[in-house]
Amino acid sequence: MSTILPPDTLVRPDHRLVWNMIGEGTRVLDVGCGDGTLLDALARTKNVDARGIEISRGGVAACVAKGLAVIQGDADTDLADYPDDCFDFVVLSQTLQATHRPRAVLEQMLRIGRNAVVSFPNFGHWRMRTHLLIHGTMPVTEHLPDTWYNTPNIHFCTIRDFVELAEELKARIVRADALDAAGRAVGVQMPWWFWNLMGEQGIFWLARGEARV
Amino acid sequence: MNVRVNEAEDPNSLTLRLGSGETLALESGARLDRLQIAYQTYGALNADRSNAILVCHALTGDQHVANDHPVTGKAGWWVSMIGPGKPIDTDRFFVICSNVVGGCMGSTGPASGNPETGEPYGTDFPVVTISDMVRAQKLLVDHLGIGTLLAVIGGSMGGMQVLAWASLFPERVFAAMPIATAAKHSAQNIAFHEVGRQAVMADPDWRRGRYRVEGARPVKGLSVARMAAHITYLSEPALQRKFGRKFQDRDAPTFSFDADFQVESYLRHQGITFVERFDANSYLYLTRAMDYFDLAADNGGSLAAAFARTKTRFCLVSFTSDWLFPTADSRQVVHALNAAGASVSFVEIESDKGHDAFLLEEPNLFATTRGFLDAAANARGVGKAGT
Repeated sequence: MSTILPPDTLVRPDHRLVWNMIGEGTRVLDVGCGDGTLLDALARTKNVDARGIEISRGGVAACVAKGLAVIQGDADTDLADYPDDCFDFVVLSQTLQATHRPRAVLEQMLRIGRNAVVSFPNFGHWRMRTHLLIHGTMPVTEHLPDTWYNTPNIHFCTIRDFVELAEELKARIVRADALDAAGRAVGVQMPWWFWNLMGEQGIFWLARGEARV
Repeated sequence: MNVRVNEAEDPNSLTLRLGSGETLALESGARLDRLQIAYQTYGALNADRSNAILVCHALTGDQHVANDHPVTGKAGWWVSMIGPGKPIDTDRFFVICSNVVGGCMGSTGPASGNPETGEPYGTDFPVVTISDMVRAQKLLVDHLGIGTLLAVIGGSMGGMQVLAWASLFPERVFAAMPIATAAKHSAQNIAFHEVGRQAVMADPDWRRGRYRVEGARPVKGLSVARMAAHITYLSEPALQRKFGRKFQDRDAPTFSFDADFQVESYLRHQGITFVERFDANSYLYLTRAMDYFDLAADNGGSLAAAFARTKTRFCLVSFTSDWLFPTADSRQVVHALNAAGASVSFVEIESDKGHDAFLLEEPNLFATTRGFLDAAANARGVGKAGT
């Protein structure tokens, strides 16, 4: 893993973590790549073969204007066309909870890529729990500002839920991180239950069971 | 008459005239001797010959892409896209556009003289296909001494040529940009074309295609064909916005078959101006070429096989209101390119202008084109404008 710092253009803490995980000169697919900030940084600083899928027209246009190879599409339907093993890393940032079939999406990611990097909001965070406990209504937070009836996020999970799914898919967890609300890493040595309580988002690097990174 | 005959034989364009030794072998098995290709160029070829962009024109377009048209005097059909500082920047790129084989603006087509008879070919002209057009363009590119084109770009029938270029000569195409197009012509599109052809052939002045020899012109038939086709290039919202049910120079219906409505008047105008510059037989041949286009069928039924191991980088564009070449058609190509492991971008641009959107002021199309071409040029080490 690189010890060089990610470029300053990468401001999102999850992007900076993902940048660290991706190897030089690898083939990367960023699913839900937005305006291409992460891909652009990877292409410029790590010489990766950067590809993307993005659902919004504006996002795709911004990516293409940057010279990135990005198609308009979505994680639920457009991963199936790629052949096996055509990427070293498939990245899914803050998008898993918005897919219709998260399990199928993860399976596809691990089919077309040797490694999958997934970041997602942790619904097990203490703020969520206390909100639900005290108010009895679906949590609305600074980072998840939508109400239950207009949120695109239809499949929330907790860090524990995600670990269970990864085990079910026989994926190997190469590395896991949890970030708190300020984007700082939650203590590395701490047990899952602590992460599940204190991490506002989880970032997981998965590899196919048999694969060696 | 006439300008059109002159343009077919002796065009106001650069021309490549092949000798009798160089024949173009057509997909049908026929051969074209003494091929003539009329073309325009803009900008300058750099010393590495690495900055050439081939623009492929659509069904009723021609090589006059960024200069005034010699027949109509109107501005070129893509002046908004091509020129100094424009998305296809002629300060940086050398742009080539040639009239397709089968066309009527100076490349060999049904209006050209048949060397065997001395008379215009008419329907004796062999049926040509999209790949025949591309093979003819390749002869031109060879003659210009260009190895690999930096990009091949075009919309509609031009987009079909882009796909055929990338499939037939992948090593000659660094970047490909097919816009508002498909890897095959749909049944609906073949049906529309057939209506147009029947309109031409039903005109008594068509004379079984020998109208030039017999001094006639099937203007009615061709203009009806153009009117019908023009509807397919627009969207319902665009027609509604532009015309609605508004009357033409009157306040009430005349209870006749006059052009009461603005939309009727507009279509009639489209038909009339079209016949001034286009050859009816060319219209038959070029619509036929589009009908026959089916890139998957040419590759054992697999569209992905058409692009196997391609190194070309692709950028596809579709428009939301284009029902002639809907987004699903582009998406099919994107899926095949993904399956082939190709580098591909795809954007569907929001527009209510229908299929014609690719010819119009669409800032998102300009930004996409500029971004894609600049990235391709940078990747290939083409110098910036003015350097």
